[in-house]
Amino acid sequence: MPRELRSLKQNEAEALFRRIGITFAVYGEGGSPDRLIPFDMFPRVFQADEWARLERGIKQRARALNAFLVDVYGRGEIVKAGRIPGRLVYQNEAYETAVCGIVPPKGVYSHIVGIDLVRTGPDEFFVLEDNCRTPSGVSYMLENREIMMRMFPALFQENRIAPVENYPAMLRRTLASVAPHKCDSDPRVVILTPGHFNSAYYEHSFLADMMGVELVEGSDLFVEGDYCWMRTTEGPKRVDVIYRRIDDAFIDPLCFRPDSMLGVPGLMNVYRSGGVSICSAPGAGVADDKAIYTFVPEMIRFYLGEAPILNNVPTWQCAKPEDLKYVLEHLSELVVKEVHGSGGYGMLVGPKADKAMIALFDQKIREKPWNYIAQPTLALSTCPTFVDEGIAPRHVDLRPYCLVGEDINLVPGGLTRVALTEGSLVVNSSQGGGVKDTWVLAE
Amino acid sequence: MLSRTAENLYWMARYIERAETNARLLEVGARNALIPNIGGGYRNEWESILHASGNANGFAEKYSDIVQRNIETFMFFDRDNANSVLSCIERARENGRIVRTALTTQVWDAINIAYQEVQEFGRQERSSLSLSDLTDWTLRTTALIRGAGLNTQMRNDGWDFTNIGFHLERADSTARMLDVKYFTLLPQISYVGSGLDNYQWRTLLRAMSSSRAFNWAYGGEISPAKIVDFLVLNRACPRSLISSVESANEHLDRLARAYGKSGPAQTRARALVGELHEMQVQDVFDEGLHEFLTRFMGQVMAVGGAAQTMYLSGDIR
Amino acid sequence: MKLTISHETLYRFEPPMRGVVQSLRLTPSQFEGQQVIDWSIDVAGAERGAAFRDGAGDWVETVSVLGPVSEVRVVVRGTVITQDLIGVLKGHRETVPPEAYLRPTLPTEADMAVRALAESALESVENDDPLARAHALASAVTDAIAYCPGETNPGTSAAEALALGRGVCQDHTHALIAVAQASDIPARYVTGYLESGADGGAHEASHAWAELWVHGIGWIGFDAANACCPDERYVRIGSGHDAQDAAPIRGVAAGIGVEALEVDVHVDDTTADQGQSQTQQ
Repeated sequence: MPRELRSLKQNEAEALFRRIGITFAVYGEGGSPDRLIPFDMFPRVFQADEWARLERGIKQRARALNAFLVDVYGRGEIVKAGRIPGRLVYQNEAYETAVCGIVPPKGVYSHIVGIDLVRTGPDEFFVLEDNCRTPSGVSYMLENREIMMRMFPALFQENRIAPVENYPAMLRRTLASVAPHKCDSDPRVVILTPGHFNSAYYEHSFLADMMGVELVEGSDLFVEGDYCWMRTTEGPKRVDVIYRRIDDAFIDPLCFRPDSMLGVPGLMNVYRSGGVSICSAPGAGVADDKAIYTFVPEMIRFYLGEAPILNNVPTWQCAKPEDLKYVLEHLSELVVKEVHGSGGYGMLVGPKADKAMIALFDQKIREKPWNYIAQPTLALSTCPTFVDEGIAPRHVDLRPYCLVGEDINLVPGGLTRVALTEGSLVVNSSQGGGVKDTWVLAE
Repeated sequence: MLSRTAENLYWMARYIERAETNARLLEVGARNALIPNIGGGYRNEWESILHASGNANGFAEKYSDIVQRNIETFMFFDRDNANSVLSCIERARENGRIVRTALTTQVWDAINIAYQEVQEFGRQERSSLSLSDLTDWTLRTTALIRGAGLNTQMRNDGWDFTNIGFHLERADSTARMLDVKYFTLLPQISYVGSGLDNYQWRTLLRAMSSSRAFNWAYGGEISPAKIVDFLVLNRACPRSLISSVESANEHLDRLARAYGKSGPAQTRARALVGELHEMQVQDVFDEGLHEFLTRFMGQVMAVGGAAQTMYLSGDIR
Repeated sequence: MKLTISHETLYRFEPPMRGVVQSLRLTPSQFEGQQVIDWSIDVAGAERGAAFRDGAGDWVETVSVLGPVSEVRVVVRGTVITQDLIGVLKGHRETVPPEAYLRPTLPTEADMAVRALAESALESVENDDPLARAHALASAVTDAIAYCPGETNPGTSAAEALALGRGVCQDHTHALIAVAQASDIPARYVTGYLESGADGGAHEASHAWAELWVHGIGWIGFDAANACCPDERYVRIGSGHDAQDAAPIRGVAAGIGVEALEVDVHVDDTTADQGQSQTQQ
């Protein structure tokens, strides 16, 4: 594509995004929360057979993670069998004793599992992390496709690209399928948002719109009797399924943080007495903890009796003395992450870090070793990307979205994030990463 | 619909209408200021504008001189003034953004573009912006937003809440603009009927984009009675008190029909419409224009309060 | 012992609130040490619902009052027959794994002094005698904090109370949980009632104590404030990680205003009453 045309198209894409209103607020930046996330027009392409294998691996992982959650809030077989240390599970910050003994409808704790993957070879994928709570970014997957189809219709006519646009309908079906047993009519589904100041508010309202469900804030809901109700202009309406985009700690001030203004007082009691479903179920976070991550292959073997299809990145637990020793000796080669961190914050990329940075992490890790894990820097695959100089390879990762309800479904596509800086491995949008459309070619 | 969504639509509409009111008030002030200051103790026209906008105290806290430039700044650009055009557009957009999915793309675009343009004004050199540019822009922009709604929004309960907001705010706004005359004329009753007085009434009509409509309806002869009749009791005038209240009442009735129940908001609105239907222009003057307008604004506020309790608070069972 | 309990909690709101929602944990635990004869919870004007037994074995229910609310009165009355199980929580069904009670919360976080106290308490105790270890920790806390009302507040942490050396049953309990967790012993906060009798030895009718997980036996109660294990004078209601988590009443009022609280608790030994009424018949 000639440079002028490219820049024309890029401008067109940006104008489209801004008109639609997709913006992404960057934390800690102050000023306008309406910054655009950079969109790269070069799509990332998967062949049908490549995708089929990925799909099996992702579904396998999502099943195992949910089996794990039901188990650790129930009998705890995997701990009793000595396959995962009880300490990592039961003393985990994300483990909620408030939901012990609860088996949510259909045995699902995590209804939307976002699994971050990187590719290191033709048939080699590594899982970077699992997101079992409320993985974000799916609106970008849908909007990126929308923009690409508007700008390059011919490409879609020439290639058989699997559609992703039925994701909202699938999500709604998934959520409705886990309505509580007490719900005897068509389940009313709502999305619970922390509010319009939240950086992902656009996505919340986008999904509500695409699914045709109400987008509510905590103050729109209240608890009375055995149920949770929504305040409407016609009086209270019962709510059956809440797709919440707020953290556990804020769901209910009567159960978790008493100072939370975002949640609904009494909601956890209604949930625990079977009057409403909450997706993802409170407590689901214990499965996507970075310290638990190491044991996901073990979960797959334990619960499913299968061999893991997707690899884990080898991980050193700084809590283990021998691992800690290795990590401290090899800081300049490793990627160090906080156990509970996300979004690329509080992370050390050894090969890119200067001496001062390494010294800082050396100190931090020694102070709180249990707070850190380390991984090798992988030879990440790259993908052609438009940059100032033309087209150049840039590192990418992939987050597909797996929906778990009565059935388990994966949309053929996902969010491809790209590190726009040459050589950079950090793809987080909060750290200057961009996004691409992800194409899965049909057979 | 969600009570909060209804509330956001209601206030979005009110803020858009309020932005327009402020622009219209500014225009009245600017025109009145063009005539020579005769009559000695004559009150500052701009002060009456401040009184009418209900913000005289807020202004006095921040500015020392009641001069056009300060008033313009205060009523158009000042974020500390919750009712400035800029504040109103920002709040309307914020309300709209929260209920983005309840708006059509056309309406959202119109609001969002207004927001971006008003931000741009804020950054420009003030001397490059004339007052008439600013008021023209505001009237054009609010017309665009309302027109987009008229053409594209679903005629559902959200539409009713939007329109209840628009019309209650407009009723309030027209009453406030009429009240400007009261403040302007306070010092000397002898001005009534003078050339100066007529000039001010004419300006008021212009500011309400009703000057020509008035000519058609009343044959051009200006008298306070005709103008009050036109702006209060004439159902042909789109900004008259009776038209505004009737429209709000209509949308409240639609809601009552759709929801299968009626309440204090409908009762109050119906009573207010009934009273205006029965009224003659002389009744207004007998009561006193200012007294009548004050009472009317109180009644409009009561209708809004009742709608708030019934629909927007979410507390009703 | 037959204990008759009367527990009234009155919340007053000024100005009235838009609505009030409360989560109540006010029903005696089911275990071999206590048998409920009758029990009632009454909240005038409230909608009741969303009741369930939680993973820790407690009965929880939800009440909501539609505004304007100027007061909420929670009245609990009942009779329980208790027996002395020397503190052991026998026959109590729960699903929360004991290890989950090793994780401290804000008020039970150990500082250097807490760790030092735990270490010195266990210095002369055999490592393989978990019961003796638990007792040693409980008496260390009894010695370290003198019962002294009014010196601490509901927000005082274990570390702060230990540093101060004074406190009430909540502080003793938080402190015991902190030293236990610091010694790798699961521990939790328990609320209930205490029949204080006429001797004045016991402190509060609405009471709190700790439970420690003793390997090979199970959960055992330790009342560091009274230097004993719960016996037949105690009625157990519920448990949690700390005072707030275990609170018998947790509530939120919607609105802005001042909340005033009045609590009135009576626990009477009525073991003899039945005998008297029998002779009269």
